[in-house]
Amino acid sequence: MNRFAALFNAIDQSTKTTVKVAALAAYFRAAPPEDRMWTIALFSGRRPKRVVTTTRLREWAADEAGIPLWLFEESYPIVGDLAETIALVLPPADGSSDKSLSAWIATLRALATVEEDARKAAVLAAWHSLEDTERFVFNKLITGGFRMGVSQKLMTRALAQATEKPEAELAHRLMGNWHPDDTTWEGLIEAEDASADASRPYPFYLAYALEDGPEALGAPSAWRAEWKWDGIRGQVILRDGQHFVWSRGEELMTDRFPELARAADFLPPGTVMDGELLVWQPQADRPDSFNALQKRIGRKTVPKKLLTDAPVVLHAYDLLEWQGSDIRETSFAERRALLEAACADLPGDAPVRLSPQLEFEGWDDLGELRSIARDENAEGVMLKRADSPYRIGRKKGDWWKWKLDPLTIDAVMIYAQAGHGRRANLFTDFTFAVRHGNDLVPFTKAYSGLTDAEFREITKWVRKNTLQRFGPVRQVTPHHVFEIAFEGIQASPRHKSGVALRFPRMSRWRQDKPLDEANTLEDLNDMLRIYG
Amino acid sequence: MSKISALTFTDRGIYCPAGDFYIDPWRPVDRALITHGHADHARWGHGHYLATHAALPVMRHRLGEIDAQGIGYGETVQIGGANVSFHPAGHVPGSAQIRVEVAGEIWVASGDYKVENDGLSEPFEPQRCHHFITESTFGLPVFRWQPQARITTELNAWWARCADAGKTAFLGAYALGKAQRLMRMLDPEIGPILTHGAVEGTNAVLRAQGIDLPETQQVTGEMDVKSIKRALVLAPPSALGSTWARKFGPRESAFASGWMQLRGVRRRRAGDRGFVVSDHADWRGLLDAIGQTGAENIYVTHGYTDIFARYLNENGWQAQVVPTEFEGETLDMDAAS
Repeated sequence: MNRFAALFNAIDQSTKTTVKVAALAAYFRAAPPEDRMWTIALFSGRRPKRVVTTTRLREWAADEAGIPLWLFEESYPIVGDLAETIALVLPPADGSSDKSLSAWIATLRALATVEEDARKAAVLAAWHSLEDTERFVFNKLITGGFRMGVSQKLMTRALAQATEKPEAELAHRLMGNWHPDDTTWEGLIEAEDASADASRPYPFYLAYALEDGPEALGAPSAWRAEWKWDGIRGQVILRDGQHFVWSRGEELMTDRFPELARAADFLPPGTVMDGELLVWQPQADRPDSFNALQKRIGRKTVPKKLLTDAPVVLHAYDLLEWQGSDIRETSFAERRALLEAACADLPGDAPVRLSPQLEFEGWDDLGELRSIARDENAEGVMLKRADSPYRIGRKKGDWWKWKLDPLTIDAVMIYAQAGHGRRANLFTDFTFAVRHGNDLVPFTKAYSGLTDAEFREITKWVRKNTLQRFGPVRQVTPHHVFEIAFEGIQASPRHKSGVALRFPRMSRWRQDKPLDEANTLEDLNDMLRIYG
Repeated sequence: MSKISALTFTDRGIYCPAGDFYIDPWRPVDRALITHGHADHARWGHGHYLATHAALPVMRHRLGEIDAQGIGYGETVQIGGANVSFHPAGHVPGSAQIRVEVAGEIWVASGDYKVENDGLSEPFEPQRCHHFITESTFGLPVFRWQPQARITTELNAWWARCADAGKTAFLGAYALGKAQRLMRMLDPEIGPILTHGAVEGTNAVLRAQGIDLPETQQVTGEMDVKSIKRALVLAPPSALGSTWARKFGPRESAFASGWMQLRGVRRRRAGDRGFVVSDHADWRGLLDAIGQTGAENIYVTHGYTDIFARYLNENGWQAQVVPTEFEGETLDMDAAS
């Protein structure tokens, strides 16, 4: 694992993209094919199945380190990463190993079928033979979640440098349902036909947020507008008599949305559509809120009742493949015309519908439409340049999301907890309350929205103003007021306050506001009545 | 009849009733015994100061005109009913543990300390005592320092690589102690060592008291920095991202701190490299030092105090947490200079 650990260090020890990409490209040129495959897999979120529970890992590590388990548990939140905590507490290695990355993964996978004693022996043996980064990487292979500051986009760029293939083609090849177990380097990267696999999706094109309004985009006539739906982005593939549903996170969701199987009854094979999965009742004129969809997301299989209570349809807004041809290079206007033609004869109960375009003359018209988006259960409007191709990933310029201004409420911080990873040791996770008489009623958590400098400042404050500790959570003096921004509000019996917020974050630290000017539970309930 | 302790803990700092003096007090007092010259220990405004001969020049440099007296390591003075002596703490040049003996009861206030010989500071000398006041800045088992020789190799390899790539290497470190320790670790064959004014000020003081440091050159406004090739610049952490650093053109930055042991902190610093170099004891170092004192009563000050004290209590010591205003090596390095 020397080579992979060296790659990891090279990436970890630089903040510069060019250095990271060069290190990866060098690795892809030199490493054996099995290691290359596993590296691609790890960097694209595919990981070996977990063979040891983290509970056991903690126990074994504390044992090996000669420290009580409580001391290990106290150290973990300070380090902010389990694999790293284990690597740090263990005594120095007393052996060495020249096993490759893929050989270590094979060793780990073999543990799935053996007794726990043998598993423990194998893990301890590995700890004794690995040091520093190698030991950390080994632990990461077990605990999963390989995030190391390289996006899939950067990895794809490095692969393109190493193989001299176009980045877009590689991005497409890396999509979909492959796993190093059943795919070779040859098959995934080198083989002639990139779309040999019927299930393989196209990389999604992602919109940028429009911060300052659309005026700077030029003539309105060059643009098309749609509602920005509050659902799940999905790509529906109809090929070879099969259908596949992919999430933006490249997760295959086919079985979660069985109603989409019927799409093949109305649309020809060789069709790939991009759109939004929404819960939409048969006679309704707008979709249900995201809450309804949430019930469907978590389930791998769907009970009949849920299928009737929360039926899902694809609101299609783009056509990527038509009659078996990749049409992403044609203009949005042309793709849209084909999509409209394809959807023209769909019956009302088909699981696919055309997402309508919004009529507007000038930006003012569109602004007015945007202001009523909430009535449609939409989050705002989307703007797409009529002559643009379907691009890969998040690229500025052709697609913009012009979201509604969020709802806001001023709340009091009452609990704080340290973050993980690069936010370890900083208090970044807070619980907020609204006032209710003399009480404070907690109603949401929020983790983001402040600058690093603000997080450092609040961290110092938390250390000095802790009232009580509950494990990693600190109750602090109610003092600071924050403006919490959120996208939606729903009644929720699971929460003490009776509400659940969508995408809560800290939009401003109201250091100008004293505690008694924070909002009240009554204010929150008013918002629920109006927007819930 | 309960006996009065030789040392007690007050809201001004550690106090000795028998000698009527304070150790590293954080509010103005008449008589202050100072363990070392870092700002959280040697504060402004006391009536009289007592510190080692080696610590005084830096204190005078930082605090200006003070009424101060020096003392040699191992030399005993009587202050009121207390016998007092200073012993090397290995933290920075001149740093001391202060031993206080009153009617046969021995206390040691260790200030900040480390047990590894860093080649610059007077090496740590354990003192037998009944009561030991310890820091716990890095009092968790995840902190384990590598031998200095190994870090030295990594540090010079990094500098050489920067120099070969035509980049200036920026190394962030405390101006007193850490910076000079690093200077001694650096290989001057690689290129010139440049310094920020805060670092060079301390260098001058230390050189004047006879401490041998490699040749350095202070960066000044007139200096044509782009004409200086293969340089390494030593600066306080806060100066690294400043406009001051930008005029050097292509550069790489690194921090030297015990906190660099944690990958999360390293990444948050957004520097390129982190070198794990601390002037505080690691987990093993703390436990070894405590063991060597033979003390049964341990008072844990700044750092992971709750956790460290609980561990000591479970392992046969009588430990308690003592709140102080010392900061140790702060995690928030932007504030440190």
